[in-house]
Amino acid sequence: MALDKNGIAQRIAQELRDGWYVNLGIGIPTLVANYIPEGIEVEFQSENGILGMGPFPFEGEEDADLINAGKQTITAMEGAVYFDSATSFAMIRGKHVQLTVLGAMEVSEKGDIANWKIPGKMVKGMGGAMDLVASADNIIVAMMHANKKGKSKLLKECTLPLTGVGCVKKIVTNLAVLDVLPEGGFKLCERAPGVMVEEIQAVTEGRLVVEGDVPEMQFGLESVS
Amino acid sequence: MNKVVANAAEACKGIQDGMTLMVGGFGLCGIPESSIAELVKLGVKDITCISNNAGVDDFGLGLLLQGKQIKKMISSYVGENDEFERQMLSGELQVELIPQGTLAERCRATGAGIPAFYTPAGFGTEVAEGKETREFSGKMHVLEKAFDPDFAIVKAWKGDTNGNLIFKATARNFNPMMAMAGKITIAEVEELVPAGHLDPNAIHTAGIFVQRIFQGEGYEKRIEQLTVRTKN
Repeated sequence: MALDKNGIAQRIAQELRDGWYVNLGIGIPTLVANYIPEGIEVEFQSENGILGMGPFPFEGEEDADLINAGKQTITAMEGAVYFDSATSFAMIRGKHVQLTVLGAMEVSEKGDIANWKIPGKMVKGMGGAMDLVASADNIIVAMMHANKKGKSKLLKECTLPLTGVGCVKKIVTNLAVLDVLPEGGFKLCERAPGVMVEEIQAVTEGRLVVEGDVPEMQFGLESVS
Repeated sequence: MNKVVANAAEACKGIQDGMTLMVGGFGLCGIPESSIAELVKLGVKDITCISNNAGVDDFGLGLLLQGKQIKKMISSYVGENDEFERQMLSGELQVELIPQGTLAERCRATGAGIPAFYTPAGFGTEVAEGKETREFSGKMHVLEKAFDPDFAIVKAWKGDTNGNLIFKATARNFNPMMAMAGKITIAEVEELVPAGHLDPNAIHTAGIFVQRIFQGEGYEKRIEQLTVRTKN
């Protein structure tokens, strides 16, 4: 069965490592914070100026001066720190953040990503996405495998204006975990539970590389909600 | 050195049609509410506004958009604003969208005497079109330039009569870099104290960058996306 958004987040959370600083984008990536594996410590960076971002505040305890990059009210963990936007992007461009998780409209088999603009529609802007994808060594894209019309989001070439070139290395979708190969192509690493290779192939427009038996994602004891 | 002015009206003296203004804040967080209200009252037009966002329809910089006071917006993200969208699509409003880190660093460079710098952000995208590019350590970078604003308007939590500023939580955001960048920098604060009443160790922005400071009033501090969890 294909994963829902929480399932995608839960699978990505397995990529977290102890001691990492992590930037989570808006949407599915935000949910990753709910599934930090036991026994490891990570700190979340939000590019508007906080390291050590905590969960949403309890009702009535919200502070207008404390928000995340999605402009949502948040809390700060013990040991958190605030800083200005230039320092924040120094952390990002300077590769002090170990993992960036963000959403995408399209990813190409060369690792290009498009996630900020649909020509002819309202253009909202790239926010911090271009800085994040241009700098991070470790970028995971969290997205649905196909768009709402059923059209593949894993393409030979992106059709939308690019956010970054050759920067995506790993993609986790509702159907699969895929690595972008250095020579181009999506290597199928894992399938969502019960999803067949053929189903994934059918909604992957770019070159899909399948080697041997592709294992199913493992979710340990906890169930995929 | 005493930088205190009486109020927003005093602080905004000299702001004229056609000027370029930097305005601090991220979303509605850390925006100079009192100065924006004064700009609405002044009715200055054809403003080029450098600010990460453009407010919402009826608050923040959205108030200047309502009065068609802004000619051009330079921002990284401008969603959640219907009037902005209408003016942009009709061609009344010019919009330049740039990556957020590039925006922050361009503000910092402006105040730091650095005319331009290379960043990897935006290489290979339409942001890099028409800009110089260069390879460093096997990676391509884009040359980005400093701004040239007439005024910078920032909001701090506490300030002293010397113009030293302390920001609160994520309301800091673009304010410190913009404070450095203005030919004239206006700082409005929630609490203005005599020089000597702030711990010098705790000051975020040194008063040298601030020309005018005043205590704002009636801060609404509107929340754009209220997200909470329930106690159980």
